Amino acid sequence: MLIRILLCCFLLPHALHAAVIRMGPSALLQTVADKAQPGDTILVAAGLYPQHDIIIRKPLTIIGENYPVFDGGKQYQVFIVTAENVRIQGITVQHTGRSSLVDMAGIRLQNVSGAVIQNCRFLETTYAVYIQHSRHCTVTGNQIKASATDELQSGNGIHAWKSDSLLIKGNTIAGHRDGIYFEFVTGSSILHNVSYNNIRYGLHFMFSHHDTYSHNTFRNNGAGVAVMYTKDVTMTANTFYHNWGDASYGILLKDISDSRITGNRFSKNTIGIFMEGSSRIHISRNEFSSNGWAMRVQASCEANVIEQNNFVDNSFDVATNGTMMLNTFRGNYWDKYEGYDLNRDGTGDVPYHPVSVYSILSERIPATMILYRSFLTNIMDQAEKVMPSIIPDQLRDDAPKTKKWKL
Amino acid sequence: MLTVSKYVFLDLLKNRSILVYSIVLAVLSFTLLGLSGGSAKGLLSLLNITLLFVPVITTLFATIYFFNSLEFIELLLSQPVKRTGILLSEYAGMALSLAAAFILGVGLPLLIMVPVAASFMLVLTGVLLTFIFTSVALLIFVLSKDKTRGIGAAIIVSLFFTLLFDGLMMAFIFTFSDYPIDRALVGIMSFNPVDLARVLMLLQLDVAVLMGYSGALFKEFLGSATGSIYSVACMICWAVAPLLLAIRVFRKKDL
Repeated sequence: MLIRILLCCFLLPHALHAAVIRMGPSALLQTVADKAQPGDTILVAAGLYPQHDIIIRKPLTIIGENYPVFDGGKQYQVFIVTAENVRIQGITVQHTGRSSLVDMAGIRLQNVSGAVIQNCRFLETTYAVYIQHSRHCTVTGNQIKASATDELQSGNGIHAWKSDSLLIKGNTIAGHRDGIYFEFVTGSSILHNVSYNNIRYGLHFMFSHHDTYSHNTFRNNGAGVAVMYTKDVTMTANTFYHNWGDASYGILLKDISDSRITGNRFSKNTIGIFMEGSSRIHISRNEFSSNGWAMRVQASCEANVIEQNNFVDNSFDVATNGTMMLNTFRGNYWDKYEGYDLNRDGTGDVPYHPVSVYSILSERIPATMILYRSFLTNIMDQAEKVMPSIIPDQLRDDAPKTKKWKL
Repeated sequence: MLTVSKYVFLDLLKNRSILVYSIVLAVLSFTLLGLSGGSAKGLLSLLNITLLFVPVITTLFATIYFFNSLEFIELLLSQPVKRTGILLSEYAGMALSLAAAFILGVGLPLLIMVPVAASFMLVLTGVLLTFIFTSVALLIFVLSKDKTRGIGAAIIVSLFFTLLFDGLMMAFIFTFSDYPIDRALVGIMSFNPVDLARVLMLLQLDVAVLMGYSGALFKEFLGSATGSIYSVACMICWAVAPLLLAIRVFRKKDL
């Protein structure tokens, strides 16, 4: 009780101070926002608001009732937030312009901290949420949808640049260039988002250290997910589904180091994980199923540990481009493993070579792919299994599991 | 001519080999499709079976059958019928019954378990392969002097198309890997109906993207309507050309 009274004492002055302002489609939000006191709440009634370049310069809370529609008329930006602790909730933003000079955004957060964008809808925006040079911002529960057709003419769903401590959670993003784009963003979390049907990447990550992304679903994106030039990224419990095409990946890891990839599901991707120039990544307890290539580990990768994963129904398990292999594979389950386990400890007694001879040949000379699934290549793979000579001998799992891991 | 075809057809049914062939195919299809839950993977395994079994069994069986019915053919020739007619009806009876066996053995399980466009393609390629290798068998029959040599030739020819040709193609790719050979490969492939069938079928499935850059080139050509028509036309040529050649030889052959 005492605590409650104390709480009331602290909160009451605030509550008394903050006014609630109601407005309808006839009013201009810019005028209302300029007149409001810091900390006020503006309730926006449902309706169509053909207003644009609304600059929020004070810490206000803007709440839409039944998703009022702010329309940029396909020419302008809609919201620009330049104040701290602004909260925008429950509105629809649509039809921003597109320009080669300015990245036109539905809501732009510019040099702010503590902004919250929650449960909004973004329709046909070039950039839905554009975060630049901001800290401690939250973007949650938004529905973001566009129908971009090519990379040059479109923008990203959630675009963050040079920011810190962001939380991107529970958003649904479709039809943009990149679903979520991070560049120079540190210490942030991307959780429980669904990113699909984007033209390029579901998630695009550059120079963004110490970030976490987990429980996201990325499916049907043009090229899957790309994580580049970054260290200390944690990727857990994400689903990468059906990123299928000539140059599609579940995840593309380029120059990533000291990271962790755990408990993810890679299913029906052309390449589950593509690794290039990456080091000290711990890849464990993931499920790779029905991919073209489960993993493609280039020879430029080193000191990565790949353990306790399930490899099931992939056309090729692992491909590589050289004979050098400085990574460790151990204790994985491979459905193509044909060894035996005499002492029945669940670990196979002969090592498994996940690279098939045909995958090496097709890596060296792509034209041999024309013989894919021919009787000859099957025979070659079998012969190589009996007497390995072409496949890289260092790339092997010395302790393959004979039973699937329960993940 | 129809009467002769009918007799061949009935004789083959009595023979029971066709029935066994059909049942084996059906069992294989049901097991493979059942194991993989009737997905694209099942279709792929079935494709492998088709590409291996159909050429080998068709060529061998048809050659042996033609040699066994040599006396019947000689008897017919003593009647006032044309040589061409007899040979064509022998061919028709044989090809149709093998094709029927294939449709029953593979087509029926596919229709029940995976009724998609790709399955239809698989049945079509199987039937085309049956027609092609029956006509190759007929050519072997009219060219060889006796049954032993005929069967030997049949084994060599079927192995050539299923295995040896790919080996030669692989050697070609290795030798000329520094040159842009993608287009040449499409040309070379036209000389092997089994490869044509395989690529035609693969391009129907989404594993086609695994073929990467060079696959894109194949897809651009073979995946397009023109390409599909081209490969089917090539395969039809493969069925017609040996048949015509066989008729030509048979007309002048001293029996």
